[in-house]
Amino acid sequence: MCGIAGLIHRGKSSNVGEELQNMLQALKHRGPDSTGYALYANNDGQNFILRFKVGENVGEGSTSVNEDESVYDERKKLVDKKLSELGATIVKEDRLTPYSYRYEMKYDNDLMEFSKALESIESVEILSIGKSLELIKDLGDATAVSERYGLNKVQGTHGIGHARMATESGVDIKSAHPFWGYPFADVSVVHNGQLTNYWNNRRVLENKGMRFMSECDSELIAVFLAEKMRNGATLEEGMKESLTGLDGVFTYFVATKDSLGMAKDTMAAKPLVLYESDELVAMGSEEIAIRSILPQEIDTYDPFDGEVKVWQI
Amino acid sequence: MANLKTDTKKTKAQSMGLHSEVLTGKTQQKFFNPDEAENFFYWGTHDVDFNKRTELDVKDMDCKQANEKIDRLMSEGYGTIVIKNPQGKHSLGVGILNKLNLIFEGSLGYFGVGSIDGPIVRVNGRVGWSCAENMMAGKVVIEKNAGSCFGAAIRGGDLICKGSVGARTGIDQKGGSIIVGGDAGAFTGFMMQRGRIVILGDVGINLGDSMYDGTIYVGGKIGSFGSDAVEAPMTKNDIEWLIRKLKVAEIGNNFDVSKMTKIVAGKKLWNYDALEPTEKKGAI
Repeated sequence: MCGIAGLIHRGKSSNVGEELQNMLQALKHRGPDSTGYALYANNDGQNFILRFKVGENVGEGSTSVNEDESVYDERKKLVDKKLSELGATIVKEDRLTPYSYRYEMKYDNDLMEFSKALESIESVEILSIGKSLELIKDLGDATAVSERYGLNKVQGTHGIGHARMATESGVDIKSAHPFWGYPFADVSVVHNGQLTNYWNNRRVLENKGMRFMSECDSELIAVFLAEKMRNGATLEEGMKESLTGLDGVFTYFVATKDSLGMAKDTMAAKPLVLYESDELVAMGSEEIAIRSILPQEIDTYDPFDGEVKVWQI
Repeated sequence: MANLKTDTKKTKAQSMGLHSEVLTGKTQQKFFNPDEAENFFYWGTHDVDFNKRTELDVKDMDCKQANEKIDRLMSEGYGTIVIKNPQGKHSLGVGILNKLNLIFEGSLGYFGVGSIDGPIVRVNGRVGWSCAENMMAGKVVIEKNAGSCFGAAIRGGDLICKGSVGARTGIDQKGGSIIVGGDAGAFTGFMMQRGRIVILGDVGINLGDSMYDGTIYVGGKIGSFGSDAVEAPMTKNDIEWLIRKLKVAEIGNNFDVSKMTKIVAGKKLWNYDALEPTEKKGAI
């Protein structure tokens, strides 16, 4: 069934890493397979943050094929070579797990060509590119992933996250949420539900040059919105189009460098509880996610069917 | 064939042919025997004293621990229990089958006060999905908003939300009354079979979709009618019932119920008297 959570501080920063960890941990019973975070951190905004993986986590109930770690090093060398060819300059690099990296880099050209070139290397997947977006996903619950990647000290303005119960595809990082809004910097999506016109939409979007990295139906939302924005739609316009363009049941969140949005299908078949104030918007699949960061009595509500909302920082 | 033992007819009901037989033997069917009324026991119920009041802080309990504690307090005779810090926990206050004043100082998560038969519940907060599912009797008042599937499959009692409710309110309702002070989402009254739903505000699309029976009253705008849901004229009885019920529900003071829209089943989708295909074949 999956659990999703999101929050946005308006006019200030906070420890969004720890807050989102608490919210997602409260939703662990909805999705124990993997956890993902899209955190919008207080980076200096000068360089791109590139998060990518060169292999899969093969432990913790993974459905992925075991690989020798030496292949990860080979792929990393190929990535560095490709970055050099593309004209990107690596400012800082961190190896977070044997299979995942975080680079800070300078790059001034087209992100779509950049992404295509990098992902032409076998088993290399870009998790995110952005100047504030830090997208992390891995197998395990919210606390395990947060500890593995040191997320509980990340200061920022907003974030979205996902606790996944794998139903439509395998237990692996590539199928875990959030999904990056390729090829847009700083765009991420999480989803709870099932999309029934995935393959039809995928064929159409691939013919338009968009890329899919997994067979997870939720990835369609990120690609669908990215394609709309590529053709000039605003985020909110793209989200409203998704209510009819996507078939199935869904509640999803989308975040950009300065905004957070939610959309709910026209049958309101998937849950969402929302808290909204002048300082903070917090939402999740269940109220206990919000209570994990706001234990005092607050007013919350369920958005109605077909609702789309977007908040700015 | 079962052995039938016919007793002397003692009551008016029996004289009318009701409850006149006590079946024994192979049959599994049992009728209520008035001679055994004195020994009737409703399992899981407690005799409580409404004047005996206590508070229970469930902040550090899970739902099973909290519900077991509520049961223990009722077994000790407490008739008024105030729950502190429910903090959106799921399935609190479920399966209470006796009279009780139960007050939640805060909000509930999913499936709150489900399958209850008699208590009077007040939630000074919000409730999540499927509040009071399968409620059989009693009164539940929610002071704020409610999630989807509010009052799913309730069979009796009064379920009241002073705020707004989500989608599929009263889905599969089989009796009782659901009264909402605010708006309601899509598919309100979906497949309802008996009972009444009152929405003072607006409702979403597909109102009363595939309803078998029952009545829905709407005070505001209607997104759209569902399959086989049709408008019906308001009668004097409807108006009197609504005025009385809104008073019980503590909402809608000065609300002009005569201007509400009444929705019932068109009864085109089904026919109780129609034989199933296999039965038709047998009849031929």
